Amino acid sequence: MSQNALDDSRSVEATRKAIPKLIAVWIVTSLIGSLLVWFVLGPHLPPGTMTDQAAGAQFDIRFVSTLVPPVLFFIWIFFGYSLVKWRVKPGEDPLAPAADFRGNSKTQGAWYIITTVLVLFLAAFGTYFLVVPAGAGGGEGPSPIWTPKTKNMLQVQVIAQQWRFTYRWPQFGGMETTSIYLPVNTEIQFNVTSLDVIHDFWAYQLGVKADANPDVNNVAFTKTQQLGRFTVRCDELCGVWHGAMYNYGYVVSQAQFQQWATQMEAQNAAVTKLLPKYATTYTPSYAGNGGGYYPPQDPNANL
Amino acid sequence: MAIDYSKATGTGSSSGAPGGGGGGLLRPSIITGIIGGVIGWLLGHWIGNSFTQGYQQVQGSGSNDIAEFMGYIFMIIGWFAGLGALNYPIQKLFGVEAEAEEPVTEKGWTKYFRYTLDHKTVGVQYLFGMLVYFFTAGLLALAIRTELLSPTYHIWSPDTYIEIVGEHGTMMMMMMTSVVLGPFGNYVVPLMIGSKRVAFPRLEALSFWFTPISYFILLSGLWQGGFQSGWTGYAPLSVQQGVGQDTYILGFGLQGLSMVCASTNIVATIINYRAPGMSWSRLPVMGWSMLSLGFTMILSIPVLIDGLYVLALDRTAQTSLLYSGHGGSSFLWENLFWFFGHPEVYLLAIPGFGLVAEIIPVFARKPIFAYKTSAAGFIGLAILSFFVWQHHLFQSGMNPDMRPLFMLTTELISIPTGFIYLVGMGTLWRARIRLTTPMLFMLGVYFNFLFGGLTGVYVSDVPINVTVHGSFFVMAHFHYTIMGGVIFAFFGAIYYWTPLVTGYQLSEKLGKIHFWTMIIFFNSTFLPLFAVGLLGMPRRVFEYAHRLQFLNQWVSISAYLLGASLLFFAVTFVWQLAVTRKPTVRNPWGSRSLEWYVESYPPPAYNFKRVPVVLSWPYEYGDPNALPVADIVNETKDLDPVGRA
Ligand code: HEM
Ligand SMILES: [Cu+2]
Ligand SMILES: [Cu+2]
Repeated sequence: MSQNALDDSRSVEATRKAIPKLIAVWIVTSLIGSLLVWFVLGPHLPPGTMTDQAAGAQFDIRFVSTLVPPVLFFIWIFFGYSLVKWRVKPGEDPLAPAADFRGNSKTQGAWYIITTVLVLFLAAFGTYFLVVPAGAGGGEGPSPIWTPKTKNMLQVQVIAQQWRFTYRWPQFGGMETTSIYLPVNTEIQFNVTSLDVIHDFWAYQLGVKADANPDVNNVAFTKTQQLGRFTVRCDELCGVWHGAMYNYGYVVSQAQFQQWATQMEAQNAAVTKLLPKYATTYTPSYAGNGGGYYPPQDPNANL
Repeated sequence: MAIDYSKATGTGSSSGAPGGGGGGLLRPSIITGIIGGVIGWLLGHWIGNSFTQGYQQVQGSGSNDIAEFMGYIFMIIGWFAGLGALNYPIQKLFGVEAEAEEPVTEKGWTKYFRYTLDHKTVGVQYLFGMLVYFFTAGLLALAIRTELLSPTYHIWSPDTYIEIVGEHGTMMMMMMTSVVLGPFGNYVVPLMIGSKRVAFPRLEALSFWFTPISYFILLSGLWQGGFQSGWTGYAPLSVQQGVGQDTYILGFGLQGLSMVCASTNIVATIINYRAPGMSWSRLPVMGWSMLSLGFTMILSIPVLIDGLYVLALDRTAQTSLLYSGHGGSSFLWENLFWFFGHPEVYLLAIPGFGLVAEIIPVFARKPIFAYKTSAAGFIGLAILSFFVWQHHLFQSGMNPDMRPLFMLTTELISIPTGFIYLVGMGTLWRARIRLTTPMLFMLGVYFNFLFGGLTGVYVSDVPINVTVHGSFFVMAHFHYTIMGGVIFAFFGAIYYWTPLVTGYQLSEKLGKIHFWTMIIFFNSTFLPLFAVGLLGMPRRVFEYAHRLQFLNQWVSISAYLLGASLLFFAVTFVWQLAVTRKPTVRNPWGSRSLEWYVESYPPPAYNFKRVPVVLSWPYEYGDPNALPVADIVNETKDLDPVGRA
C-alpha cells in the first residue's frame, strides 16, 4: 500500500472505526422507514380491499415496499459517506494513488450470498401469493390450474372489442349487458376474450387484470368482499380510442344483484334470442375496425 | 497481431472505398445517397403499384402495402448505391480489381458526410446521428406530455396522439441500442485494445448508414397516417393498420440489420485485434460489456427481423400467421417480439454499466474492485436476458403455468445487476474521489438505476404485476433504467471522451450545470409517475382520472425543464466545439487506459504508429510502481496532443 493511502480518513483503522456507526445509522433509518411504510402508507396502498385478490395485492405491495427502505438507505449511506469522506480536498494531489486492493473475498462472498438469498426469497414469496389466492386476479389462460375451492361461481364473460367492453352472463340465459354489477361475497370467474385485436380487462379495484385475446378464453378469479364502484380500463393498446375504452362497475348486495340481473334478463330477452350461442371464444372478423359476431366474412359463419 | 498494414499485403489499406476519382457533387456522399434514394423510391413505388393493379388501395393514400414496401426497398438500395457503398462489393463480384483510395486518411469535415471506413469517423458520425435521434424523439416526448396536461382537454386528436407515442417509443428504442456501441464502442474500443483498425470496416460503416435511412423511414410514418400500435406492434392491431405501419416494420428492421452489422464487427474486433499483451484478464471492462452486448445482439435481433418479416407477410401477401381464424395466433408475435425485446432492454443496460465501471476507477484512483465479477455481471446479464421474455406477458393468458419460472428468472437478474453495484461501491471504498462532470454522471447512473432496479421487483412479482402491468408504473420503471441509466452514462461518456475525440476541452462548469439540472428534473419527471401508475393510470391513454391531474401537470412541467436542460447541453456542446474551442491537455483525467496514449487528439489515421505492446492492467491506479499500460506510453506522454507550438 502506498503512503498516500494512509492519510487519516482513508486508513484501514479509520474506516474500521466508522463501520459500526454507519451500520447503526443504517439500522435506525431503515427501521424508521420500514415502520412508516408498513403502518402509515401500508393501509392506503392500492388497489384497496374490495376483493380478496385486491387485498392480497395490497399486502404484497405493502410487504415489498417495506423492504425498500433498507436497500435504499444502504446504498445512499454508503455513497453519501464515501463521497463526503473520500473526496479529494483542495490542496491534495488529485492523481495520487489511493488504496491498492482489487477485491475482498469476504465482502464479495457476503454480497453474492445475500443477494441470492434475497432474490430466491422474493421468488418464493411471489409464487406463494400467486398460487394460493387462485392466480391473484391475473389472467390464467383457458385452463387455469390455480382455482378457487368453491364450485358455485358467478360466471361473467368479458367481451372486448374496439372500443368497448360488454358482458355476457351464461347463468342468466346468455344475456349480454353493457354495464356490470357484481354481488358481494361471491366468487367470480371472468372469462375474458376479444372480437378483434388484443385488449386487456383491468378492473382496478377488483385486483383483476387479464388480456383479451381474439380466439382465446383468458380466465381470472376474484372474490368480492366490499360494496362499491370499480373502474374498468382497457390496458393493452388497441388503437385510436384505446384511451377512451373504460367504464364503471358496481359491487352490490346479493339481493340487489339478483334484482338487477332479473331485470336485465327480461329487458334483453328480445336481443338475447338473436345472439350467437354462448361460447368462451369468438373468432375475429376480417372486416377491420369494429369486428363483430357476424361480419360477412366471418370464417365461422357457416360452421 | 502486429500485422503490417501496408498496401502491398492488401489487408490494411481497405482499397476501393467509394468514389475514387472525380470531385464535386457527383462524388458519392450523403447527397448522391439521397438522390439515389429518391430515384429508388419512385421506381419501387411505381413497380409495386403496377403489379398490384386493382389491389385494394389504402383509403385515399394512392398507396398500398406492396407499393409501400417496394418503394422503400428500392429506396434503400438507391441510397446505398448513391453512397457508393455497393461499388466495392460489385467490383469484387465481377473480379475487377477495386479502385484504390485511402479512405482512412481523408481529411476535412466533408468526410463525415461520406461512406468512410475509418472507425473513428464512423464513431463521430454515430455520435451526432444518435443525438439527432435522441432530440427528435425527445421533442415527441414533450408533445405527449403536453397532451397529458389535462385529463379531458385535447391538444392532439386521439390518432395523432397515439402515433406520437409510438414514434417516440420506437425511435428511442431503436436509437438506444446503438447509443453506446455506435459512438463509443466503435471509436474508443479499438483504441483501448491497441488496434490500428477494426475487423470489418465495411460492416461498421454499413451499420451507421442504415441509421439515417431508418430514421427517415420511421419518421415518414407520421405523414402517412402513422402506426397506432406503439413500439411493441402487437398483432392483430398492427395487421389492421394502414401503410404507416409499414414504416415501423422497415424502420425497425433496418435498425436491426444495423445492429447485427455493428455487433459482428465489434465482437470480431475484440476477439482478434487485441494488441500483444492485451490478454483477456487485462481487457478493459468496457470491452467486456461490448463483447456481451455484441453476442446478445447477434442472437436476439434475428428474431426481431423474423417477427417483422412475418408481420410484413401478413400485411402484404395476406398470410394469416398472426391472426386467428385461419390458423394464426396473436401470441406468435408477442413471443417473437419479446424474445428479442427483453434481451434488447438489457442490451441497453449493459453498455451503460460498461461505461460506469470503466470510468469510475479513473476518478477514484483505485483499481476497479472485483474486476472478474464485473465481467461475470455482463455475461450473466446477457445470458439471463434470454430467459425472461414472458414476464411482459404475465397477464396475457399465454403459458400461465410458467409464470413462477419467469418470475424466478427475472428476479435472478438482480444478482448480476447487483454485481455492478458491488463493483462501483468497492471501487469507491477508501478512494480519492474527484467529482468531475463525467464522474457525476456515472454516480447519477447508480442513483437513478436504484429506483429502476427496486421497482423491477414490483413488476416482476406476478401478484403485484396484476396491478402495475401496462400502467404508468411500468413506464416510469423503464425510463428509470434506460434514461436514468444508459442516457446518463452516455452523457458522462461524451464529457469524458470529447477531449480525445475532438482535441477540445469542455467546460466543467457548464457540464455541472447540465448534470444537476438534468438529474433533478429527470427525477421530478419520472418519480411521480410511479404513483400515477399505482393509482390506476394505464399507459398510452389520452384521458385519465381527474384526481391525477395535479401529478400529471407536475410531471409535464418537469419534462419541459428536463428538455431545457438537454437543450442547454446541445447549445453549450456545439458552442464549445465550434466557437470557444479550448485545446485540451494530454490525458486530462489522468487515465491509464490505452486510448489516451495516442500521439495526437484526435488520434491519427490508423491510431498508432506501430501496434503497442500491452505491459500491464489498465486499472493499476493504486500502485505507483506499476508498469505503464503499454510500451508506447513513454514515447507519447510528453507530446502535445493538439500540436501547440
Ligand atoms: C426526455 C425524456 C423523456 C420523456 C419526458 C419521456 C416521456 C414519455 C412519455 C410521456 C411516454 C408515453 C407514455 C404512455 O402514455 O405510454 C413515453 C413512452 C415511451 N418512452 Fe419515453 N420519455 C423520455 C425519454 C425516453 C428515453 C430516453 C427512452 C429510451 C428508450 C424512452 C422510451 C420510451 C418508450 C419505449 C415508450 C413506450 C412507447 C410505447 O408505449 O410504445 N423514452 N415516454
Ligand atoms: Cu385498449
Ligand atoms: Cu423484459
